[in-house]
Amino acid sequence: MTDSKCSCVTKEASEEQMLYAALLEKGMYTGIGLLFITFILYVFDIVSPAVPVNEVERYWGLNAHAYLEAINQDVLHLTHPPTGWTWATLLNKSDFMNFLGIALLAGVTIFCYAAIIPTLLKKGDKAYAIMCIAEVLILSLAASGLLAVGGH
Amino acid sequence: MSQILSKIAGLGTAAFVVAASSPMLSWAAETVVATTPAANATAWWVWPFILLVVTFVMGIVAVLGGVGGGVLFVPIISGFFPFHLDFVRGAGLLVALAGALAAGPGLLRMNLASLRLAIPVALIASTCAIVGAMMGLALPTNIVQTALGATILGIVVIMLTAKKSDYPDVKEPDALSSALKIYGIYTEASTGKEIHWKIHRTPLGLLLFVIIGIMAGMFGLGAGWANVPVLNLLMGAPLKISVATSKFLLSITDTSAAWVYLNKGCIIPMIVVPSLIGIMFGSLVGVRILKVAKPAFIKWMVIGLLLFSGLKAITKGLGLPFIF
Repeated sequence: MTDSKCSCVTKEASEEQMLYAALLEKGMYTGIGLLFITFILYVFDIVSPAVPVNEVERYWGLNAHAYLEAINQDVLHLTHPPTGWTWATLLNKSDFMNFLGIALLAGVTIFCYAAIIPTLLKKGDKAYAIMCIAEVLILSLAASGLLAVGGH
Repeated sequence: MSQILSKIAGLGTAAFVVAASSPMLSWAAETVVATTPAANATAWWVWPFILLVVTFVMGIVAVLGGVGGGVLFVPIISGFFPFHLDFVRGAGLLVALAGALAAGPGLLRMNLASLRLAIPVALIASTCAIVGAMMGLALPTNIVQTALGATILGIVVIMLTAKKSDYPDVKEPDALSSALKIYGIYTEASTGKEIHWKIHRTPLGLLLFVIIGIMAGMFGLGAGWANVPVLNLLMGAPLKISVATSKFLLSITDTSAAWVYLNKGCIIPMIVVPSLIGIMFGSLVGVRILKVAKPAFIKWMVIGLLLFSGLKAITKGLGLPFIF
């Protein structure tokens, strides 16, 4: 056990930590809820999918590149296989609707970081504000799809 | 309760043994080329249903064994299910991510997960997780599978040998952690005492998160198995702060890698959603069981499962026959 002498430290979570937690919770519940609802629409065929549920097993043994090529050739008929944010143009299909919840779960952290930057700047905590800005940029870069490279 | 526990443990063992030994599962797991409806007479819902059951049991075992769901998910599902490793890693990341997102708000509010400790660590780990994810998706599957197996065996060694320290002795914080004001106080619920904590060896700890981030991204594993020893034993954060911050950290590290997998098309909802449902409900049941009992043998079962699935991943990656 250590004994910090700093008078600024408290046992309560900081303002930015509480803000982060509140946003994270809302995003998590919304994302999980969306994921379950869209999966029910998909699996019970309430909204028709691009790839019928009884044909998915044809593709899940392929690697990702071959899978995208195959579903594009068999059902989607797009100019290019659906990488990056192409799923957002296919939201009328129930299998691609599931990506809404997944994207929200994967994206909520970006919003949490962005939200605490003003609080950190107000406190004069420039080092952490800069780190948060850097994290937002890195996660946004990952989310953008610009890093989608070839492979396999 | 002991009867319930033994039944659940028995169910878990049975599910994993079935998954490991069934000729049909083994056959399917080796099938990495496209299957056609004519060639595969199994009803479409069978695999997702088995996945739901296995991940439910996995969720219970993970909580009781004190490990993240992701570390069990990837080696077991990639070893014994017909899904390509790309989709298993994508689902594994989302399983670990969802678990971290669910736990994060509570841990932050209780001040057990430290945002000040997590932010610099996460910046490095999440950047490197992107690199790891891109490397993992660019390398041939057999190499990644073999490396995954070796990593899983390494995790077994860590679980067997790493000690934990409730309150590591940090005499003086290092210059970097002092400058970043990485310290805090939390109330230890069991004693009611206020615990003041600070950390040391921050530069070395941050350097290790380069490797942890790359491995998390490359294999789609949650990285709690590596986060906790580094935060606790190396950097000197108390065990509770280390475990909580590690769990929260996964929500950031796995986010960056998950986007790479999502953008590369490595997500199939029919694999992801049953896995998430199974793990989440399994974890809820596991937490209820954990409140009244903590069976030590579960930890040994987890180690056994990891050893088994690690060997399976290596033999599968190398194209060698597996003895089971």
